[in-house]
Amino acid sequence: MPDASTVNRAFIGRQWAPAEPYQVGREKIREFAVAIGEDAAVCHDLAAARAAGHPDLVAPPTFTVTFTMPLLEAFLRDPDFGWDYRRMVHADQSIVAHRPIHGGDELVTSIHVEDLRSRAGSRLLTLRCEVVDTAGVPVATSRSLLVTRETGG
Amino acid sequence: MTAVGDELPPLELRVTRADLVRYAGASGDFNPIHWSDRIARSVDLPGVIAHGMLTMALAGRLVTGWVGDPAAVRSYGVRFTRPVVVPDDDLGALVEITGRVADIRQPDPDGVRIAKIDITARSAGRTVLGRACAEVTLPS
Repeated sequence: MPDASTVNRAFIGRQWAPAEPYQVGREKIREFAVAIGEDAAVCHDLAAARAAGHPDLVAPPTFTVTFTMPLLEAFLRDPDFGWDYRRMVHADQSIVAHRPIHGGDELVTSIHVEDLRSRAGSRLLTLRCEVVDTAGVPVATSRSLLVTRETGG
Repeated sequence: MTAVGDELPPLELRVTRADLVRYAGASGDFNPIHWSDRIARSVDLPGVIAHGMLTMALAGRLVTGWVGDPAAVRSYGVRFTRPVVVPDDDLGALVEITGRVADIRQPDPDGVRIAKIDITARSAGRTVLGRACAEVTLPS
């Protein structure tokens, strides 16, 4: 069985091939806005969004989670990574919007392991998601700090 | 004119189990600690807790509501300091959100002004988000 610290180091700096483009649905924006109680007209009313200069509905700032989290989950459930997903705690989250996300956008996300360390029986993992459009132009950068128990510890 | 030190209009929101189910569907986060007491307790939680990203989104409404435009948010970051425990009743958990203008940057060459907002979120008398901060473009 590999030493945990060796496994840890091996993953730092790794990145995963970008996923298939995700198409941002107009109704998904509405559904997400309702779920968080965001009632801004540009998230619900196409005419209002266009009047404000947007090509389509505007996604709320944390909308990126809807397409980045499933990718992170698939990565974290990879048995090779040895992550205790059941006891995972989301410790920290940041999102930088390089531009607003709109209905109809086709977005490509890549996952990067920025840091992975052990401290007092816990493993601390920083994952970065770079979200770009299909031309490669940056749309959003998000960082998640995730914490779980040291496996076998 | 917005000035450093301005307080944003506070928000008091109730989060119920129904809200968690709706958010699970909308976000795709079906982790059972957000809907099953049995599983939440099996990992040493007091019961079902709100999705951290839901708490973050709710606190973000303080800023989008104040600035009047979700597209004005340039960055937003939080630390999840304590979980929001959501009881299985009709009232749910109360989340109190406040914020203040911590800084306003000098206008860029296009005259765009960006404000930094420090946000506080509390539930059951305790802070649930730490170092919560958003940067927003102010209306010209």
